Amino acid sequence: MSTSTTTILNLPDQATATLPKRNYLNAEHGLLSWLFTGDHKRIAMLYLFSITFFFFIGGAFAGLIRLELLTPQPDLVASDTYNKFFTMHGIIMIFLFLVPSVPATLGNFLIPIMLGAKDLAFPKINLLSWYLYMAGGTFTLAALVLGGVDTGWTFTTPLSTHYLNTHVITAATAIFIAGFSSIFTGLNFIVTIHRMRAPGMTWFRMPLFVWSNYAASILMVLGTPVLAIAIVLVALERTIGIGVFDPTKGGDPLLFQHLFWFYSHPAVYIMILPGMGVISEVISTFSRKRVFGYTAVAFSSVAIALFGFFVWAHHMFIMGVSNYSALVFSLLTMLVAVPSAIKIFNWAFTLQKGSLTFETPMLYAFGFMGLFTIGGLTGVFLGSLGMDIHLTETYFIVAHFHFVMVGGMLMAFLAGVHFWWPKMTGRMYPESLSKLAAVTTFIGFNLTFLPQFILGYLGMPRRYHSYPQEFQVLNVLSTAGATVLGVGYLLPMIYLGWSLKYGAIAGNNPWQATGLEWQIQSPPLTENFLVTPIMDHEAYDYEWLAHKTEQEVTTVG
Amino acid sequence: MHISPVLWQFLVKWLTASALFPREASTIAPYMDALYFFLLAMTILGLVLVGALLTFFSIRYRKERNPVATHIEGSTLLEATWTIIPLAIFLVCFVWGALLYFRIYSPPVNAMNIYVVGKQWMWKAEHPGGQHEINALHVPIGKPVQLTMISQDVFHSFSIPDFRVKREVIPGRYSTVWFEATTPGTYHIFCTQYCGTQHSGMIGEVTALTPDDYQKWTQESTSGMSLAQNGERLFASMGCNACHSGSAAARGPNLAGVYGSKLQLANGSQVLVNDAYLRDAILNPSQHVTAGFAPIMPTYQGQISEDGLIDLVEFVKNMPTNYRVQQTLVTSQSDQTAPTASGMVKP
Ligand code: HEM
Ligand SMILES: [Cu+2]
Repeated sequence: MSTSTTTILNLPDQATATLPKRNYLNAEHGLLSWLFTGDHKRIAMLYLFSITFFFFIGGAFAGLIRLELLTPQPDLVASDTYNKFFTMHGIIMIFLFLVPSVPATLGNFLIPIMLGAKDLAFPKINLLSWYLYMAGGTFTLAALVLGGVDTGWTFTTPLSTHYLNTHVITAATAIFIAGFSSIFTGLNFIVTIHRMRAPGMTWFRMPLFVWSNYAASILMVLGTPVLAIAIVLVALERTIGIGVFDPTKGGDPLLFQHLFWFYSHPAVYIMILPGMGVISEVISTFSRKRVFGYTAVAFSSVAIALFGFFVWAHHMFIMGVSNYSALVFSLLTMLVAVPSAIKIFNWAFTLQKGSLTFETPMLYAFGFMGLFTIGGLTGVFLGSLGMDIHLTETYFIVAHFHFVMVGGMLMAFLAGVHFWWPKMTGRMYPESLSKLAAVTTFIGFNLTFLPQFILGYLGMPRRYHSYPQEFQVLNVLSTAGATVLGVGYLLPMIYLGWSLKYGAIAGNNPWQATGLEWQIQSPPLTENFLVTPIMDHEAYDYEWLAHKTEQEVTTVG
Repeated sequence: MHISPVLWQFLVKWLTASALFPREASTIAPYMDALYFFLLAMTILGLVLVGALLTFFSIRYRKERNPVATHIEGSTLLEATWTIIPLAIFLVCFVWGALLYFRIYSPPVNAMNIYVVGKQWMWKAEHPGGQHEINALHVPIGKPVQLTMISQDVFHSFSIPDFRVKREVIPGRYSTVWFEATTPGTYHIFCTQYCGTQHSGMIGEVTALTPDDYQKWTQESTSGMSLAQNGERLFASMGCNACHSGSAAARGPNLAGVYGSKLQLANGSQVLVNDAYLRDAILNPSQHVTAGFAPIMPTYQGQISEDGLIDLVEFVKNMPTNYRVQQTLVTSQSDQTAPTASGMVKP
């Protein structure tokens, strides 16, 4: 890998053997300097560590679930314990991992830099968001330690309000608080993107990563309050029995599902959109080309965000919504699939006439493309009304959302973490190990979740603790795959940790990428830029970069 | 489904035998599977296309072969192509899926009705002739069967994968699903909506019988009283007959023949009297005051179980004349055995 000679600022231009003397990591010392930091990059790192922590707890539960499902008999744990396992797995993975993952870590780190700003618009609120996230996480762990919850992450009433004696309120509080963390993050991003762009950074010069986080932020700000309301109503119903969801008091049990999915459907776009942004950056960089149809990709993010609000009832096609409203929601669901298809082809055609290299982030991005295509197209099965009747609430659903969210989003997250790791830490990771991890993850993932599509069509319901004998073979395959997948996730943990101390010095721009973040030192200074940069070219302008490099070299030389 | 039937059968048999595919045991199953194969083909095609593009570009334009990238801004024509073609395919999926959905969720008028009550954690089926079964359901083949379902506690969901039908079972609301079994045999019933601790134990078996066997089964497993007869007893014991006596001086409306009619309410609206309406009128009478009557009926909320409500509804449904009400008034009980009323339990 060649190292960069490019800088926009007055920094040494060749890769020196040591990290820059002054950077955001060593600007201050001590635990307190981290806990009270206002620096968006440090907050991003706080998130990165805490999110990884929760990811592995959630992952441990996934392992336990798969272990139980190795045999048809309910032999590893009792039913209620199993139910607590998948509830914890779901709550942690959704609310504490997927929703904040890319925005809170990479977004936090990169958005101000990509815009040429010194920080987010509200640094203190940004720190507060992290504390809220941690408070949410603490409540989740409390619910776990106190004895667990078994509502499923969907909290369906009246099960959650009248029929369970577990720690529903504690878990609900966790989600309520974590929700505010994401509302504040979204607000912070929106204001920053509107107000803090450097001179010349027009909307259509912003990197696509910023566009996609912008779209996700709109969803966070508008959708999350509805979740908060639904959760509060559950708590009130449970404690004082207000009866909004209780048919014997004139309430409607389906109302909860409307409220819940009004958030939770857009939430899947909160989860996936930022990941799509990562993919745009990575594919462009390693093809050395501007993303094909930049504007279409940018607008498709916004289109997904807007349409995302009008499809929630496709989670309820079998629940007695009227046939005609089912029709409308099915149609809208098909429409929202189109922007995703557009993106896939735009990414593919970005490669055309490029000059491609296949570093680790690119491998993850390719993995994303394959898995997300499957995830997206199986979504069309579920949007197709009649088919949904047979497939919903089975393992087909489990496979579908894992393909989108784990195959898609998690691949994107890992692509992003590898891509920007040199920027965040100033060091490289071991190349061959990281490629091995990417390939292992891809294989393990398919082995885990492809059999679940078949299980679903055979009719195996989700959230089953034991199942009829004839489903065993496919379940064994799936558990075997999960083991491989687990290794694939552990590897980066290990070598990235190792690289913090022993990794080669990365230099400012190891990938020869065009974004503003690559034109400053790695790791960056606390203030990002000493002089406010001027954006005088389009995003992903590799000719500008080549030109810049020559200039830089000649002036220095 | 325009594949040759022979080919289709071969395909289905082969897939079923390799356990990649559930049995096709209802009239709707082949339709579902046809759509499934279409969607599968679409997915594989899409995947192959994306895979081929990625592979081709990766080989053709890797750095060693193409050291300098050529700038391409985009192409309106190409982008329009990959907007319109997927849109068209998705719209086909939409229309096809919608047709299937309406087919699955619109019961034919001649369907025989069976009630199902879901509760933590069992399925209770109640045949009009009074046969009760738990976690089991016997149905005849070659005859449309409609299930009228309700949950007594939380959401459940009634699913028979081999019939390709499923419907949510909702507290406080009747939902229906219908099917016509084609092959005698036993098939899984699953509860597919997570409903608490024993969710995965809420399973049962549906047994599809030939008409003769079914007839035999109904006769052997009758409890002696039909649902309507149980309802009749309840009607008397809950005091319904005091007002709904059917006489001119009665304080409540005459219920004979009310089922299936349009009723004028005191608030000016009109409602169609169906199972759901009857159930609701018993539980929330003040919201359904019939025009011309005072809102004096008490609520029976909490006093009658879902099973009891089904009995009452079934009684009212089968009350074409006043005769039965008056009989009930006189005797207040009935010890007749279940009638094998035509169209109710016979296939
Ligand atoms: C090794 C990887 C994983 C395995 C083997 C795995 C396995 C499973 C299984 C078997 C279920 C279904 C439980 C049931 O319905 O009975 C499940 C549910 C779920 N998984 Fe995973 N999972 C993995 C990773 C993840 C990741 C990384 C995420 C998110 C980032 C995730 C999110 C979810 C969610 C949201 C549910 C739904 C929980 C619910 O049904 O309430 N999973 N997972
Ligand atoms: Cu159930």
